[in-house]
Amino acid sequence: MSILTYIAGWPLLAALALVVVPRNYRVIIRAIAVLATLISAVLAVKMFCGYNCATPDADGYRFVQQIPWVESLGISYHVGVDGINVGLILMGAIVAFAAALCAFEIQTREKEFYILLLVMAGGILGAFASLDLFFFYFLHELALVPTFIMIGVWGRGEKKNYATFQITLYLSIGALIALIGLIALYLQSGANTFDIPKIIQHVRAENHPLAANVQNFIFPLLLFGFGILVSLWPFHSWAPLGYGVAPSPTAMLHAGVLKKFGLYGLIRIALPLLPQAAQSWAHVLAWLCVGNILYVGWVAMRQKDLNLLIGNSSVAHMGFIFLGIASLNLIGVTGAVLIMVAHGFLAALTFALSGYIYKQTSTLQISELGGLCRKLPFIGTALLMAAMAGCGLPGFANFVGEATVFFGAWKIFPTITVIALWGALVIGGIYMTRAIRNILHGPLPEKWNFLADANLWRKLPYALLLVSLLVFGFWPKLLTEKINHDAEIVLSSYKLQVASLPTPDAKPKAASIGNQQLAIENK
Amino acid sequence: MNSSLITLEISVIGLGLVLLLADFFVPAERRRFIGYAAIVALGLLLAASLSGNGSCGQFGTAFGGMFVNDPLSLFFKQLFIVAAILVLFMAAEFSDKLAAGSVAEYYSLILFALAGMLFASSANDFTMLFVSIELITITFYVLVSFQRNKIASLEAGVKYLILGALSSSFMVFGIALIWGTTGKLNFTELAAVASQFADSRIFLLGVMLVLVGLGFKIAAFPFQIWAPDVYQGAPTPTTAFLAIGSKAAGFVLLLRVLFTAVPSVTHTWANLLIIISAITILYGNLCAIPQRNLKRLLGYSSIAHAGYLLLGVAALTASGQAALLYYLAGYVFTVMAAFFVITLVLRQTATEDISGLAGLNQRSPLLAATLTIAMVSLAGIPPLAGFFGKFLLLKAIIEQAPAHPGYYCLAFMALVGVVISLYYYFGVIRAIYWSKDAVDTAPIELSSPAKLSIWACIAGIFWLGLFPNTVLNLANQAAAVFGK
Repeated sequence: MSILTYIAGWPLLAALALVVVPRNYRVIIRAIAVLATLISAVLAVKMFCGYNCATPDADGYRFVQQIPWVESLGISYHVGVDGINVGLILMGAIVAFAAALCAFEIQTREKEFYILLLVMAGGILGAFASLDLFFFYFLHELALVPTFIMIGVWGRGEKKNYATFQITLYLSIGALIALIGLIALYLQSGANTFDIPKIIQHVRAENHPLAANVQNFIFPLLLFGFGILVSLWPFHSWAPLGYGVAPSPTAMLHAGVLKKFGLYGLIRIALPLLPQAAQSWAHVLAWLCVGNILYVGWVAMRQKDLNLLIGNSSVAHMGFIFLGIASLNLIGVTGAVLIMVAHGFLAALTFALSGYIYKQTSTLQISELGGLCRKLPFIGTALLMAAMAGCGLPGFANFVGEATVFFGAWKIFPTITVIALWGALVIGGIYMTRAIRNILHGPLPEKWNFLADANLWRKLPYALLLVSLLVFGFWPKLLTEKINHDAEIVLSSYKLQVASLPTPDAKPKAASIGNQQLAIENK
Repeated sequence: MNSSLITLEISVIGLGLVLLLADFFVPAERRRFIGYAAIVALGLLLAASLSGNGSCGQFGTAFGGMFVNDPLSLFFKQLFIVAAILVLFMAAEFSDKLAAGSVAEYYSLILFALAGMLFASSANDFTMLFVSIELITITFYVLVSFQRNKIASLEAGVKYLILGALSSSFMVFGIALIWGTTGKLNFTELAAVASQFADSRIFLLGVMLVLVGLGFKIAAFPFQIWAPDVYQGAPTPTTAFLAIGSKAAGFVLLLRVLFTAVPSVTHTWANLLIIISAITILYGNLCAIPQRNLKRLLGYSSIAHAGYLLLGVAALTASGQAALLYYLAGYVFTVMAAFFVITLVLRQTATEDISGLAGLNQRSPLLAATLTIAMVSLAGIPPLAGFFGKFLLLKAIIEQAPAHPGYYCLAFMALVGVVISLYYYFGVIRAIYWSKDAVDTAPIELSSPAKLSIWACIAGIFWLGLFPNTVLNLANQAAAVFGK
């Protein structure tokens, strides 16, 4: 059994176990959920640390396990990691653990909540580990449906029903469009298997890539199907509202982990299999990113509710990842994967913090808050750090990713990169610092005198997420050297195009911050 | 003549007669237990058919080619027997709502309908098709109006009778036209000459009219109008059997007619099938949205599912047919589970409104979980049977799409249908777990046979969702019948 099976399996097993635990054993229910996610997080750390020592199989994946499931269709349970999903699985497992810890805010029907949370965590970890198209979709769908139920039942605010309705509609449609694309891809590839490495091998090795018109048909299905799941502008409007009403563990897991599924799907499936279509759609995607970064950034500036602000900013951040993907070069894609990991930690952290504030104050209206740093020094500081990470302060993992993306995109889309940079530094800076000033600084309204800071145990999830952000911020090599190698394989179909570019190919061997300096000098 | 092939059908009819006789000898208050004897007997027949010793395991033709036993008929016969066993369990639980002591009669009618379905799955001739469909339909007239003291049940019976008779007459007319133009009634013989008549309008009209009759059985648009009313009014076990047995019988006959008898015509009708399938899906799902009556809601949902099943027909390929069969297998367990819960929960209450489910979570966690699983599976969410079935159907449709772009439209219609259906299926789940005003909080006592059958349904739903290999192979073998 591969360690990946355990990472995804423990939460799912725990969810099954919770079904038989009586609902009034609240402590036990919570303990089981926290323990299962803890085990899976520890295993994920172990997997991440042992990544370099593990021997890759013929296709370059490590910790591989394959069990045939439906032979007649070529579906098998096939898990494995390479540089692209290793960081995502680590991030997913840590965020799941933090989300389980933060679920103390749920006071009603805990049993159902923890079951759904565990299904969500196990499903999405499995989807990230999966190297089989069918299971890739199947496990994501398994994780997605609990989101709707959790928002519908434990959501907060008056707009709960509307938000549930909207998010269900958007995400189901997105997932189903992607499903059509995936099935069409399976049928058109002619490999007669759902195994992703085998399909890639088949399409590449026998030197018969999919016909251009087929690619141009499937790629938009995947792009917009996955795009809706990732809140690509203009299909993003479900996200801020959905996260605004979602209970914070759900928002943490969805914004942090589930949302990365669409991006991961684009990198894992669409880029290597549909190179021609990807090239012809790249500039469309790049301009749509501007919608994410600039338009949603402006929307975020006008928000009066902290959760809506965070939700919008998280949509804006997706723009950087899309930009990295659209650049279709090694640096850009590496940066995209870096931001995916970094943003996972960041989104989880911000939603966890806003959840804590909401639990204490029962409001997230920015105008009603103020001076909270006096009463909540730890939470306030963490929020400040998260906000700074969100507007790209060096030292946090987001900076590394965003900077890398800009270096990658500059070669291809200079105009858009300039706009995006402006969006990241100026607009992001404005709404983040303004929110910080209004929430944490200034006079403390009298009604908030009763607020209490998180105790040691409650601090754990926030600390964990912050530490992760800082670790990858100061030591991005941990990720980049893993990503680099496999991003190169993903992009091997694009070599011709990259080589023909006028700019000299600045390919950092290990893209740490220092090497990016080098990349600038090369230009 | 190879009459040993019909031993299974003969045994089922014999069993029905024995039950009728037993009615005379068993006191009224014990008659519900007759059903358990019937279940055991059917279980033995099923075991025999699974082990390959039963008559339906021997392949061949009888009665001059009118009756055929092949992998397809074997698949459907097993499906029908499983459905009948579950319906008998349900009927035993429902017996206290029927007129005193009449339950044995009810059991035997179920068995007669089952015999009709078994014949239908082997029908290879228009006479056989018509006789078996009449055996099913006429039995159902009685089954639908069985609660003679309940006006809604009688009303449903009359509606079903009128529309059923109308559709039967269309079908007979169609058969007559086909016979008049070609001189053939046997499907295999007809297939050999059908291509010569592909331009004959009278022949095509005949085929079309037969499809009208079958469209009524499967409740496909535009012959769906009876379904919600009848589903709502009929006794719940009847509704369940109608939703599965009658629909599946319609589908096996549809497959035989379209792909054995007139394949040359069918392959020119792709557009027609695509349109019918798309409209059926949309109609069923859209109309289900405002429904508050559970059985009526499932009536509309069954129309929608007829549309999904028609995807497999419209694909015109072996993988489409196999997907249809797989979907039907999953549908049996799912719908049975849903109706079982409705039978048990709404037994005491007069209303069949969704609000009657309030507090079910406290009253019986098992029933609440069962209905949830059934709804989730109907909505097509992993890891349950409905997801894998829908996946196969979609795959079959998209497979055909490069040649005919209409299939992409159909696939998108199916997706729209799935998204709409999430709304009302989740509405039911919401009513179970999260409605505020639970009137009745008395726990529901479950008899052990009821528990057994509920667990069987749950196991079936998960089995088909998680381990699709066995049934998929059977379905593939069954669909291969048409390739020969």
